[in-house]
Amino acid sequence: MKIKALSRSVEAYQPAGSKNSKMPKNLDPAIHPFERAREYTKALTAVKMQRMFAQPFLAQLGEGHVDGVYSMAKDPNSLERLASGSGDGVVKTWDLSNSYDKAERWHTTAHENIVKFNYTTPYNTPSESAPLSTWLGSASWSSLSHHRSRNSFAAAGGSGGVSIYDLERHTAAPEILSWPNATDTINAVAFNQVETSILGSCGSDRSIVFYDLRTSTAIAKTVLTFACNAISFNPMEGMNCAVASEDHSVYLFDMRKVDRALNILKDHVAAVMDVEFSPTGQELVTASYDRTIRLWNRDQGHSRDIYHTKRMQRCYSAMWTPDSKYILSGSDDGNIRLWRANASAREGIKSARQRQSEEYNNALVERYKHMPEVRRIHRHRHMPKVVKKAGEIKTDELQALKRREENERRHTKKQFDRRRSERDKVILAKEK
Amino acid sequence: MEVDDLEITERPSAKAHDNGAVTIKRARTQLIPKHERERIKRNKQAQRDYGRGNGIDVKTIKDKKLRRNLKGLEQKYKQAAESAKDAEILLENTSGFLEAEEELERTWRVTQNEIESSVSLEASKKRFDLKLDQLGPYQFDYDRTGRMLLLGGARGHIATMDWRQGKLGCEINLQEKVRAVKYLHNTNYFSVSQKNQVYIYDSHGVELHCMRNLQEVTHMDFLPYHYLLTTLRPNPATDFFPSDVSTGKLVSEIRTGLGQPVSMALNPWNAIVHAGHNNGTVTLWSPNSTEPLVKLLCHKGPVKSVAVDREGRYMVSCGNDRKMAVWDIRMFREVNNYFTRTPASSVSISDRGVTAVGWSTSVTLWKDLFVKHRKDQIKVESPYMTWGGEGKSVEQVKYCPYEDVLGIGHDEGFSSIIVPGAGEANFDAMEVNPYETVKQRREAEVKGLLNKLQPEMIALDPNFIGNLDLRSDQQRREARDLDAKPVDIETDIKNRMRGKNSALRKYLRKQRAKNNIIDEKRLKVDELWKQQQEQNQERRQEKAAELGPALGRFARKEQ
Repeated sequence: MKIKALSRSVEAYQPAGSKNSKMPKNLDPAIHPFERAREYTKALTAVKMQRMFAQPFLAQLGEGHVDGVYSMAKDPNSLERLASGSGDGVVKTWDLSNSYDKAERWHTTAHENIVKFNYTTPYNTPSESAPLSTWLGSASWSSLSHHRSRNSFAAAGGSGGVSIYDLERHTAAPEILSWPNATDTINAVAFNQVETSILGSCGSDRSIVFYDLRTSTAIAKTVLTFACNAISFNPMEGMNCAVASEDHSVYLFDMRKVDRALNILKDHVAAVMDVEFSPTGQELVTASYDRTIRLWNRDQGHSRDIYHTKRMQRCYSAMWTPDSKYILSGSDDGNIRLWRANASAREGIKSARQRQSEEYNNALVERYKHMPEVRRIHRHRHMPKVVKKAGEIKTDELQALKRREENERRHTKKQFDRRRSERDKVILAKEK
Repeated sequence: MEVDDLEITERPSAKAHDNGAVTIKRARTQLIPKHERERIKRNKQAQRDYGRGNGIDVKTIKDKKLRRNLKGLEQKYKQAAESAKDAEILLENTSGFLEAEEELERTWRVTQNEIESSVSLEASKKRFDLKLDQLGPYQFDYDRTGRMLLLGGARGHIATMDWRQGKLGCEINLQEKVRAVKYLHNTNYFSVSQKNQVYIYDSHGVELHCMRNLQEVTHMDFLPYHYLLTTLRPNPATDFFPSDVSTGKLVSEIRTGLGQPVSMALNPWNAIVHAGHNNGTVTLWSPNSTEPLVKLLCHKGPVKSVAVDREGRYMVSCGNDRKMAVWDIRMFREVNNYFTRTPASSVSISDRGVTAVGWSTSVTLWKDLFVKHRKDQIKVESPYMTWGGEGKSVEQVKYCPYEDVLGIGHDEGFSSIIVPGAGEANFDAMEVNPYETVKQRREAEVKGLLNKLQPEMIALDPNFIGNLDLRSDQQRREARDLDAKPVDIETDIKNRMRGKNSALRKYLRKQRAKNNIIDEKRLKVDELWKQQQEQNQERRQEKAAELGPALGRFARKEQ
């Protein structure tokens, strides 16, 4: 007879004199009952914790500006430096490595009027010093963008074209890129950070134009139904760009195929003033005239988060810090605010276990996001009453429009037409 | 490439011709190398042991984003199963066994003394007897980790002990009747059903709670993940209560209304309560419905004891009709039945599927009454082991978790016997840790309470949570509408009965195949069938009367 009975020694699992007992695992599903129910319960707890710890606002920088902050720019070579320009012509640079109330590094009155865009920032000159060089345009400048590697920048203004200035030859005449017979003001211009000789602009004639520096020509132009306020290229996928439109939405375009939007981001209830892709290319931040900032996933149509405070006025600019962990916003009230890109994330060093449990919790929430209770908590946000109400009114109006259109379709010849998709509808015309 | 060359001549399907040519019945058209074949086989095994059911066919999905996401997920699931299979190498222990080496040896003839002398010293200490003949017969319970033993003598003796070390925890004499004892989520708390109420004590024997609404409870069981104590009260009313011990609230109180329930077992896989009744039925209950989920006619007489295996696939029930039946509770079909010499008093199934049946003064242990991956279960010829015949009438049998040990409570105290191959060899310390420290126990308690499952999550299919609701919008709306007319089963069946002949007949045929499921519909169908039969009979008699006595016999039988 062959006989063997289980015998485990206690010493093997609780070694004498050691605090660490052995923790064997057995993955057999039979000894892990109620797998789903337990996971779901954990997911529910995790999502509650996430919302409990959601505190996006970190600080405002220094004293801010006296007038509204209408433009911001970051130093491409530094994680902590940024510059801001306000309506009274003051430019300030900030250093995020200091404590936030002493973040101001340098300031000067650069212009007599509103500062629209700036890029390079001097560190070593004293405050209130004179500019190193000045360029004079024929009309007011509306936007600047610096080339990624070359020492030149693009400036756009009222002339309908983009002027490329070389920083090494101050007195040389600019190279001018423009769409033939374009005369309207250009609102924004941006260099592509991947295909570095490509730049895009959007103008008040509702057009988006792409230019190529190598051939000094405009490549493509598309006309939308509304004018756009800002343009931003995806830093990881060079062909994609986002434009912030006056019609409350953000449109994502593939620059090679501009007759159709890649995606439409809809949630704002007023004009979108600024948009920027995160350095990872996966997310976007937008600043809007409705006094909120929203965060988006590139491939989802609605925002993943909304940031606002009681005192924040119309937001004119928003941007990511280069580590894509924080967001800076400049608003009409003259403050520059620093936010967390992930509202429930926390700074500081985390232990491996902490990190592990965080990752596990995030995965759980992701997995059970579709469950009604989890979804409800996950999506719950406090919104300003005005924004909420405006959103409701907007939904009603859109529904009414849609209903009317459907009624019209039902009783006219239109019913034989194919429905146009929303992504096609925004394009009025495409020129080549 | 290596070409597989099986010894063709040895295969029964192969037959050599005169010229040396060989016909092979199932010729392999693919040249899959041996290692590849082994890998495929191993992956299949991994999916069977650690997989979570069939994957979805992603090729049929039209949405590109969804398809890509799901493809990634499917791949992850597959990998998870495979790496779980690979991790088997890390399992430390192998389970015990008792095997006959020679042809004439029988495992059931092996006595405890023989086992004790041939297993390791450590293991042999696990066999012991407690002689407590004053206050018996004894009910008992092991805690979840299998470390502590709780004894409850019917005449009021309560004791806890660390049975491996032989250390007494607490001992109290209640001086009133003890009906049932049960450990709660850890060794710190246990509940005792006394003469009138259920009380909760802590590990020092201090009374913590008295649950006044649980009166004269005969059976208690505990759901560790839900923190629910389920109790059964046969007299005077037939009630069934689950109550939440973490909040002290009664979750639901259900009156079975089906005759006296006399036995109860919890399905550890889906937390459904199996109650055995005096009329031979076993009913399945969840706290979410006042009607039984299933009624199962198991025995011709009172159901004495019920047990469910740990994966919730098989149930073993014992009745006063001296029958022990094995049921597949996924299909509610009887697998096999066996007899007991006298009505069994208690039955228990171990983690590895060894079934212990206590009857009068003996305990019979059966192995392989059901095997997990076997398609057709085989009727076992002889028991695995036996114990008893010493005049100790068995009150209760129960396995110690994670040990090869069976506890037997009887009128002369308590016996612990060694059953090789009964216990799960490899525990998961994150789930239940038999060697946990005090700190770990505390942590586990907090975690357990944080992740407490809600009673609403109890259903026959424990994995229904997280599933998509595939009902149509209309169906869902109908389910929500409380004012809707109830569906009339009769019209429902009749509407389905197109054509003159076959619908009811076909329906009945199918229903009768699963003849143990008696639901409302089935009753209605039976009634309809009876009515039809009577009508037909009447018509025939009329016709026969019309035709007269000579020709009456030719009246046609109506279908």
